[in-house]
Amino acid sequence: MPQINQLAENWYFASQLFWLALIFGAVFVVIGLGMYPKIEATVDARDRKVADDLAAAKAAHAAADHLEDQYRQQNDAARAAAQKAVQDAKDKAARDAEKRLAKIDAELGGKMAAAEADVAAARKSAMAEIESVAAEAAGDLVAKLSGVTVAATDAKAAVKAVLHG
Amino acid sequence: MSAEAGKFDPMHQFTVEPIAKLFAAGGNEVWLTTSAVWMGAAAIILWLFMLGGMKRQLVPGRWQMAVEGFTGFVSSMMATNIGPEGRKYTPYVFSLFMFILFCNILGMVPFALGGVHPLTVTSHFTITGVLAVLSFSIVLVVGFWRHGLHFFSLFVPHGTPWPMIPFIAPIEFVSFMVRPFSLGLRLFVAMTAGHVLMEVFANFIVQSSAAGVAIGLPVGLASMALMIGISALELLVAGIQAYVFALLTSLYINDAVNLH
Repeated sequence: MPQINQLAENWYFASQLFWLALIFGAVFVVIGLGMYPKIEATVDARDRKVADDLAAAKAAHAAADHLEDQYRQQNDAARAAAQKAVQDAKDKAARDAEKRLAKIDAELGGKMAAAEADVAAARKSAMAEIESVAAEAAGDLVAKLSGVTVAATDAKAAVKAVLHG
Repeated sequence: MSAEAGKFDPMHQFTVEPIAKLFAAGGNEVWLTTSAVWMGAAAIILWLFMLGGMKRQLVPGRWQMAVEGFTGFVSSMMATNIGPEGRKYTPYVFSLFMFILFCNILGMVPFALGGVHPLTVTSHFTITGVLAVLSFSIVLVVGFWRHGLHFFSLFVPHGTPWPMIPFIAPIEFVSFMVRPFSLGLRLFVAMTAGHVLMEVFANFIVQSSAAGVAIGLPVGLASMALMIGISALELLVAGIQAYVFALLTSLYINDAVNLH
C-alpha cells in the first residue's frame, strides 16, 4: 500500500502536509471566507426581496379591496341620493298637479254655479212671460166666447192658479 | 498499471510521484508532487466553479443556480444540525465539503492530466487524517472556548443515573477520541477500496482480450457492464463521502457549541 510505504520516504509527509495546508488554506480563505458569504448574501437578499415583494403585493391587494369597498359605498350612496331626488321630484309634481286640478275644479265649479243661476233666472223670466201671455190669451178667449171682458188682473190670477196647481 | 513488469498491481495508482524538489525544512524535503498538482487542480476548478456563481443576479442563471444549490445545501445542513449559531462555521464546512468533493471527483478522471497520472488525493490518510484532525481541533477549541472545563460534561449524557457515570464516561471519552480517526479513515478507506475495485475490473477487461473469444468475450463483456455500474457507484461514493465528512464535522461542532 503506497499510502503506508511512502511514509518512510523523507519528502512524502512533509510535502503532503505542506501542499494540503497551502491549498486547503487558500480554498478556505478565498472560497470559504471570500466567495461563500457573498453568495449567501445574494441568496439572503433575494429571499428578503421576495418576502418584501410578497408583503407589498398583499398590502396593495388590501388597498385595492379597500378602494373597491369605498367605491361601492359611494356608488350606493349616489344611487340612493338619485332615487331620493327622483322621488322628491315625483312627489312635488304630483302635489303641483293636485293643486292645479283643485284650482281648476274650483273655477269650473264657480262657472257651473253661475251658469245654473243664469238658467234659473232665464227660466223664471220665461215663466213670467208665459204667465202674462197666457193671461192675455185667456182674457181674449173669455171675451170671444162670452163677451165678458175680464180684467187683466183677474185673468192673471186665474192663469197663475191653473199653472201652479 | 505496472504492465511493463508483466504483473498487475492495483495499488500502484496510489503512489505519489515527486516531480520537483522545492526546499528542505527541518530535515524534511518538500517536493512538488502529483498529489499537489491534483489538489491544486481541484482547488482551481472549484474556484472557477464558484466564480460562475459570483454574478450575484437577482434572478440566477443556471450556473449561479448550481453554485447557490451547493451553498444552500451546506448552510441548511449547518442550520439543521447546529442552529443559527452554525452560520459562523459554515465557511469552514463549506470549504471542506467542496474541496473533498472536487478531489474525489477529480480522482475519477481516467486519463492523465498534462502527463501527471491520475491520483485520488483523498485516498491518502495523510490528507484525510490532517483534515480530520483539523475538524477535531476546531471542535476542541470551540468547546473549551465556549464552555471551559464544563465541556467535559459532554462525556456524561443527560439523564445518566449517577452510579453509571464511572462506566459511561470512559466509553463516551473513548468514542469521542476515536472521532478524528473514524472521520479520516472512512474517507481514505472508501476512496482506496473503490479505486482498487475499479482498477481490478478494468484489468479484467484488458486481460480478457488476451484469453480468446470463448472465455475472453463473455468475461470482458461482463466486466465491462460491471465496470460501468462501479464507475457510477464510485461517483455516488465521491459525493456521499464528501457529504459524510462535512455532516460529521457539523455534528461534532454541534457537540462543541451546544453540548448535546
